[in-house]
Amino acid sequence: MWLVKIKVRLKKGVLDAQGKTTQQALLALGFHQVKEVRIGKLIELKLDGESREEVEKEVRDMSQKLLANPVIEDFDYEIEAREE
Amino acid sequence: MKFGVVQFPGSNCDYDCYYALKNILKAPVEMIWHKEKEHNLKGYDCIVLPGGFSYGDYLRVGAIARYSPIMTAVIDFALKGGLVLGICNGFQVLTEAKLLPGALIRNECLHFICRQQTIRVENIDTPFTKLYHKEQVLKIPIAHGEGCYYADEETISELENHHQVLFRYCDARGEITREANPNGSLSNIAGICNRERNIVGLMPHPERAMEECLASLDGRLLFESIVIQLK
Repeated sequence: MWLVKIKVRLKKGVLDAQGKTTQQALLALGFHQVKEVRIGKLIELKLDGESREEVEKEVRDMSQKLLANPVIEDFDYEIEAREE
Repeated sequence: MKFGVVQFPGSNCDYDCYYALKNILKAPVEMIWHKEKEHNLKGYDCIVLPGGFSYGDYLRVGAIARYSPIMTAVIDFALKGGLVLGICNGFQVLTEAKLLPGALIRNECLHFICRQQTIRVENIDTPFTKLYHKEQVLKIPIAHGEGCYYADEETISELENHHQVLFRYCDARGEITREANPNGSLSNIAGICNRERNIVGLMPHPERAMEECLASLDGRLLFESIVIQLK
């Protein structure tokens, strides 16, 4: 069994209205050191696979097809082996 | 001539489209349930992907509906030149399916906006806009939380160069201004078509501007354009 964490983020240059609004709220709370906020998604998957390479190939495929939209989003991922 | 309106779970403007086509335009129209995997859309001339919140807008707007069983047939129909109209969530589904370029993201203001909006007709050489006149200002309602049109610079200039921008948000006088842009869309884009001009997506709801009691009749010419094209 493998545990995969896929992080999906808006690409640089794509307006992140949620991030911008959250940054304003943080500034209003006195966190003046905050220069930028970007909000993304964390997707956790548990899946079967023979090898790390095979899992990685699947994860890339599903991210490109469905989990991220390459027009507006980038993704990266971490893969961990887990005991059954 | 026959229209088909696709129903996804979470579509909620499907009956608005059905009513507009059947009762106002008196055009033949049928509902098509999204699970009809084997459906080949034979006998249909125009497929409408209606507004709503398909699959609860989970993951990304339109992302799950794009892989709904019926979409294989819709993509095939569209690529063979069939007329496809995506309204609001339907527009989002079309961009996710890559039948139209770009993407729709969260409104700049973060609000869900539901109100009457003025838009300007930018191009009339499509089966969907032929009865309008160029730069005609229309009153058409919008109702969306994710209507901010985004595409990279290159895509935007391709859209402009090939006259694929069909509608832009404008003020009451038809001026394209930042103030008149409700959601932050690049270049005030409210609706586009593909290069072949048989696939159109727009955020405003023309099917809700078809009767006097709805305060605007400006959506009618869009559907009438299609009917005339298909006759």
